[in-house]
Amino acid sequence: MTDLQEHFQRTLDRDQRLEPRDWVPDGYRKTMIRQIAQHAHSEIIGMQPEGNWITRAPSLRRKAILLAKVQDEAGHGLYLYSAAETLGAERAELTEKLIDGKQKYSSIFNYPTLNFADVGVIGWLVDGAAICNQVPLCRCSYGPYARAMIRICKEESFHQRQGYELLMTMMRGTDAQRRMVQDATDRWWWPSLMMFGPPDGDSPNTEQSMAWKIKRHTNDELRQRFVDMSVPQAEALGATLPDPSLCWNAERGHYDFGEIDWSEFKQVVRGNGPCNAQRVAHRRAAHDNGAWVREAALAHAAKHSAREEAAA
Amino acid sequence: MSHDWPLYEVFVRGKRGLNHVHVGSLHAADDQMALHHARDLYTRRNEGVSIWVVKATDITASSPDEKDPFFAPSGDKVYRHPTFYDIPDDVPHM
Repeated sequence: MTDLQEHFQRTLDRDQRLEPRDWVPDGYRKTMIRQIAQHAHSEIIGMQPEGNWITRAPSLRRKAILLAKVQDEAGHGLYLYSAAETLGAERAELTEKLIDGKQKYSSIFNYPTLNFADVGVIGWLVDGAAICNQVPLCRCSYGPYARAMIRICKEESFHQRQGYELLMTMMRGTDAQRRMVQDATDRWWWPSLMMFGPPDGDSPNTEQSMAWKIKRHTNDELRQRFVDMSVPQAEALGATLPDPSLCWNAERGHYDFGEIDWSEFKQVVRGNGPCNAQRVAHRRAAHDNGAWVREAALAHAAKHSAREEAAA
Repeated sequence: MSHDWPLYEVFVRGKRGLNHVHVGSLHAADDQMALHHARDLYTRRNEGVSIWVVKATDITASSPDEKDPFFAPSGDKVYRHPTFYDIPDDVPHM
């Protein structure tokens, strides 16, 4: 083992963080860039399903909250791109890879938001699942990623609570509103469980990621934690989770739940979900339509620095 | 145009009495835009009372490769620490 490899391993063994200019194995760098980029892309694409409802939010209060939330998603994407750049990735290149379909984002954002209760259920279940995934990432071995996650987790708590509060408000409303909440819950529950990724037996990267202390828990562990958290929340809300096999297993001390339709998950990951094409096309259009702004700002900056130099 | 806007590092003073702390980076066309973006990105919830931005290319950093030799001069100077000195326990306020 070389000195560099030894330093890397010792840092991991002591549970210390790796920092941007430390030597890391190529595999670690590649895995980390891929994971952070996918995560950043998910935040950026994740603005779309909820952004869909900003102009149609039912009150000024809900509109202001939703705007703040979608702005946070943009912020989270930017914290993460910033972390990926410390590993040598280029921002423009990451954006290109997203809009060329060469890098993925979370499959959950390829589902449509059909009614306003979807905004609430996304906050409750989708952000709830994201928090389950992200809290352990605050202790990830790569320092800049871990620090971005700490910042993000603090903000996600607002996201989840505003969603749950929205749903509670609707549940106190009319029968039609309660039906909307149940409909949204029915549609988002299973995709939320898929957010944790394939089952442990079918997740080839987990072992290496855990050895590198990038991941701290397996997909199935986190999924179980999420189910256990969600059942009492659904009860308090008065919504039914769409899984007849869901029941408490006293022996395990966990809820048992039904089989996930992994063929659907694979289809969506492969690009055949209900909104994949639309999401990427929208991101591409925003990028292309912003090109003149990026150029003009650079030209403006160049003109001003030339003037300042001439005056000096 | 293929140019990315330059990368800026962002430092935020959380409140009066604290140092500025590095919080991350962002891209901006010029210094003023970097400051505005830093405000929007890193202080959406009153996280700061003051922001510094500096172009990443203007930062000079020590290299982790030479970490040990670079910091070696302070490694063997234990007499710079108060615990180096033996003072009897019954001497007050020391």
